[in-house]
Amino acid sequence: MEFTRRSFLKLSASGALLTGLGFDVTPAIAHARQLKIARTTETRSTCPYCSVSCGVIIHTLGDNSYNVRPTVVHVEGDPDHPINGGTLCPKGASLKHCIVNDRRLTKPLYRAPGASHWDEVSWDFVINEIARHVKETRDRIFVQKDLQGKTVNRAEGIAMIGGCTDTSEMNFLMVKVARAFGMVYFDQQSRL
Amino acid sequence: MAIKGLEIRDISATRYAALGISKVPRMTKLIDLSTCIGCKACEVACMEWNDLPMDETYRAAGGYQTIPDLAHNFWNLIKFNEVDNGNGLLWTMAKHQCMHCENPGCLRACPAPGAIVQYTNGIVDFVQENCIGCQFCVTGCPFNVPRISPKNQKVYKCTLCSDRVAAGLEPACIKACPTGCLQFGTKEQLLEYGRHRVRELRSRGFKDAAIYDPPGVMGTHVIYVVPYGNHPEVYGLPADPRIPALVSLWKGPLKTIGSTIMLGGVTAALLHYLTYGPMEVKPDTDVKKQR
Amino acid sequence: MTNGWTDIGNADVVLAMGGNPAENHPCGFKWVIEAKKKRGAKLVCIDPRFNRTAAVADHFVQIRAGTDIAFLGGLINYILSNGLYHEEYVRLFTNATFLVKSDFSFGNGLFSGYNPASGTYDKSTWQYQQDGSGHALQDPSLRDTDCVFQHLKKHFSRYTSAVVSEITGASVEDFERAAGIICSTGRPEKAGTIMYALGWTHHSFAVQIIRAAAILQLLLGNIGRPGGGVNALRGHSNIQGGTDHGVAFDKLPGYLKSPTADQQDLKHYLMENTPKPLSPTSMNYWSNYPAFFISLMKTMYGNHATLENDFAYHYLPKADRNYSWVYLFDDMYQGKLEGMLTFGMNPVANGPNSNKMISALSKLKWLVVADCFETETAQFWRAPGIDPGEVDTEVFLLPAGIFAEKDGSFTNSARWAQWKWKALDPPGDAKADQEMLARIFLKVRELYQEGAGAFPEPILHLSWPYSRPQDPPLEEIAKEINGHAVADVIDGKGEVVAKVGEQLSTFAHLKDDGSTSCGNWLYCGSFTEKGNMMARRGRSDPSGLGMYHEWAWNWPLNRRILYNRASCDADGRPWDPTRVSIMWDGTRWVGDTPDYKADSPPGAGLGAFIMLPEGVGKIFAADFVEGPLPEHYEPVESPIKNPLHPEVSSNPLVKRFVSDKDGYANPEDFPIVCTTYRLTEHFHFWTKHITVNSLLQPEFFVEIPYELAKQKGIKDQDLVRVTSARGSVEGKALVTKRIKPMRVGGREVWQIGIPIHWGFAGRVKGPLANLLTPTAVDPNSFTPEYKGFLVRLEKV
Repeated sequence: MEFTRRSFLKLSASGALLTGLGFDVTPAIAHARQLKIARTTETRSTCPYCSVSCGVIIHTLGDNSYNVRPTVVHVEGDPDHPINGGTLCPKGASLKHCIVNDRRLTKPLYRAPGASHWDEVSWDFVINEIARHVKETRDRIFVQKDLQGKTVNRAEGIAMIGGCTDTSEMNFLMVKVARAFGMVYFDQQSRL
Repeated sequence: MAIKGLEIRDISATRYAALGISKVPRMTKLIDLSTCIGCKACEVACMEWNDLPMDETYRAAGGYQTIPDLAHNFWNLIKFNEVDNGNGLLWTMAKHQCMHCENPGCLRACPAPGAIVQYTNGIVDFVQENCIGCQFCVTGCPFNVPRISPKNQKVYKCTLCSDRVAAGLEPACIKACPTGCLQFGTKEQLLEYGRHRVRELRSRGFKDAAIYDPPGVMGTHVIYVVPYGNHPEVYGLPADPRIPALVSLWKGPLKTIGSTIMLGGVTAALLHYLTYGPMEVKPDTDVKKQR
Repeated sequence: MTNGWTDIGNADVVLAMGGNPAENHPCGFKWVIEAKKKRGAKLVCIDPRFNRTAAVADHFVQIRAGTDIAFLGGLINYILSNGLYHEEYVRLFTNATFLVKSDFSFGNGLFSGYNPASGTYDKSTWQYQQDGSGHALQDPSLRDTDCVFQHLKKHFSRYTSAVVSEITGASVEDFERAAGIICSTGRPEKAGTIMYALGWTHHSFAVQIIRAAAILQLLLGNIGRPGGGVNALRGHSNIQGGTDHGVAFDKLPGYLKSPTADQQDLKHYLMENTPKPLSPTSMNYWSNYPAFFISLMKTMYGNHATLENDFAYHYLPKADRNYSWVYLFDDMYQGKLEGMLTFGMNPVANGPNSNKMISALSKLKWLVVADCFETETAQFWRAPGIDPGEVDTEVFLLPAGIFAEKDGSFTNSARWAQWKWKALDPPGDAKADQEMLARIFLKVRELYQEGAGAFPEPILHLSWPYSRPQDPPLEEIAKEINGHAVADVIDGKGEVVAKVGEQLSTFAHLKDDGSTSCGNWLYCGSFTEKGNMMARRGRSDPSGLGMYHEWAWNWPLNRRILYNRASCDADGRPWDPTRVSIMWDGTRWVGDTPDYKADSPPGAGLGAFIMLPEGVGKIFAADFVEGPLPEHYEPVESPIKNPLHPEVSSNPLVKRFVSDKDGYANPEDFPIVCTTYRLTEHFHFWTKHITVNSLLQPEFFVEIPYELAKQKGIKDQDLVRVTSARGSVEGKALVTKRIKPMRVGGREVWQIGIPIHWGFAGRVKGPLANLLTPTAVDPNSFTPEYKGFLVRLEKV
């Protein structure tokens, strides 16, 4: 038994979906996947990896309605971007798995001195404990005047590092906070 | 909505195949091997768009080509090759996938009605619902491309992102390619572009640069610009691919008899599907929100 | 980058050296391919390995890791001895004409002024001869033996092709073929670019390599021009922004300097940091330093920064020594620190000498790690070989939102500040970094409000003007960085250019009297009364050169090519009329935002390099610690003694660390040169947590030259061990003909390569490459020497 022309046409009507560029709506194609990004919400972003800073489009499922919790279904290059013009490297092309990843951390964790495991803790706990440590260490090891009697106001007991894959705004906030605390041990990836 | 029902060009094991009368562009992928940097963006874009599942068993080698071969869930592979060609080292990187032959050996060989379809735009697509897992297509392919899934005994390969192309988009690998090594357009456009690239390469000293568009399969819808055009095998491309003789025979008078005997049951199942059809979906690509 | 990614497409010659752009910046590399396709450009790749850039290069030369200055010095010599420099450009735009003090000298690897006891230089002989008003004397004929041009010639005359070959291991023929291509751009109608990355910065003489590149480009007349420049390809999405905003012990936002202990008051600090012009035609834009600094202090401390209190100058900590990365961890290892906060940073993996990093962290009392994944640093207490019971450090691991889960801007290599939008919330209880930091800060401030403590004023008075104090909106910080008028800002003509409260539009409006607030002068103009300029998406490009002035925002002042005045001749006509960056239209400079006084006519002769006191580009620069001209020094660990001056083999300014974790190898026990690098398939130590990338590059490997492998009986995919004076790693051998044996200093030398991407945390695991690397840093930038150290190789 073989197909007849009539059954093709019938199917074409019921499965009408894809048009253009030489496609037929046939049993074959009627069952082809729909364009998976046809109804997604597009958000323009920038690849977080190297310094080319390619434009990317993050496709999230759902139309951002009140009751929807969006999930990322696809990430593709932003064709309007003058540098990458929609292209991506193998790292940028897999960004979906960077965002949606079972290894992502989702709870604050605490490791006590000598412990061989993490404990899940609350945000209140970590913020309170960190702030207590910062103040205690700062107060204990603060150098207001050096040996020659010069005013130096250095918090020498605490270091802060980071920021290279974070926003410029976060970097600026780090500078404000680090310098207000009096930190001098302050560095980031650009050194490396 | 207009029904475009006349644009399938050929279907496996089917008598009324050549149905198209519309003149549609013959879509083609060009791979310019002089600009491939082996970054594997195409491999990832393919896996990502097609949601191909990861297979941890691939973990074999340390080095640059860590995945040895195409697979049912890996349709796009860059093969790396170090060649000492006498006057210096050549490190070739060449993308491999279905060639979308003008005369597809897979389709010629396939006994299952509707399992392989060729569109008038040149894309050769496998329809797994109709596949019976006989692997005749594997025998029929002069490029050794189709791979059977151990999970469901269906055969898979590159679709040239037929779903994207249908919606007016380029295939995922083409879009991702960072260097423009991959180009998408009509066959005429890309042959012209390819000739331009060949001229440029010859002016840089690649005197044998050529376009790879093998005549043994009446040309392909994936064509290459090859710097050492006299040695395509360096890049893993067969020098003169042809459909195996046995398949050509099968394509003739034996085919109807064979398929009738073998495939009665399968076709019945298919007909059930045809009667009820898939769920109707109304596409509307204009409602996408941008921020 | 002096230029930008898209501008690479305008080049006639691309030199990829000290970087591997095809592998590490693939989407930027498209502009190299574009130049090849559209302009017939030639790509020359110089690297220790035949890499994926080499695979598409027109010419590849293998050099020994760490011999870049020898190679570049050879190019400089090739240009000078063959008269290939752009003479008019050199006269107009460089300090080649400047006279150096007569007692300046160089010999046996040392410049004049070296003090062996302190291991430092007295730079007084490196200064210019000056006239009564402090301006440098010049000889336009370039013939005076004291002039920079003659010093340059003399200094680099030693770098003959034969010497280059002896040091680098490249053949004379290969070197000269490369030189022929690279040095072909000294003509006005040609432009050549240099793309470099961490292959240059990871050396104990890194800054001098980049200096050599700058000299090369100045001689060829390639700075300031479309298709030219010295282009640093940076390694992270916002490492440029982080650098610009002063996340460094010795910097404040906008490359302002951190005050030192000797600068006890504002007046002294400003005096020492505000340069005086060295030429009557120098614009000397850094003379505005006080306006930049005081505007920053107004942003930091608002009403608490007043004329009366030196604009809260004493709130800033005063450094007295080096607190940068390796010093930080050395001090930590010695137990000088109690706590550390890290945001998206993984020192165990990315610092040199991982074993020392782990030991240092275990000396801490407490450690805070904010990250998206559980990094090596977060779980250093259970690193291989570490008994958690012995580690008393309290560790707080804070789940962080990822790029897609927050808005804000990244600044790329090309200085484009690009806004992005938030796509979704962080998963579970994860939070954006700025919220974590704000909560920590506000809680600390609360503690200081409640009880006494050391010098609480800077904490109590820090300006925190955000509508959601616990979770500062990034747009509000972006506006704060741009700056606003604290009072009406009045220009020289008495006109109000910004009303009180308005966002500022240019750093030209910044004042040193407290009437303006600006977090970073370089970003002034990024968020104006017109809105967020970084969020712009215009695609217009009338230049046709890929400048895209309406796309995002470029610092400074949306300028796409730095030093662009040098793209025109003395009369303001572009050197190449087909590639116009700016030009004089009779009344003003038009095109790109001029890096120049916009209405200063060419005839006035204002210097093209407006930020420099000389007003011209520096071929000779007394700014760096180990010399005013680059000199080849061997890496700290080297297989040979420096053939140029064996008694001063490595950089004399480099310090060695003496902790029991720090060792340095000799070539007898560790004969093989090793270099480290990235692969296209992975990003740093991050993507090993991601499925796809882990699949593409699942395993650590060691690239070994075919001939060396044969000698040692190693076959492809055999397990091998690489050992340095610090540690050892094991992995699969990748035997390749892409690294060739070399003859260096008269003997056979081998080099091997190891990619860096693995560690003990991740979906795929492997050894940390940095178990091998030494604690040795460039004495200017303090960046570690991750490349070109010594190892031993054996089959396991």
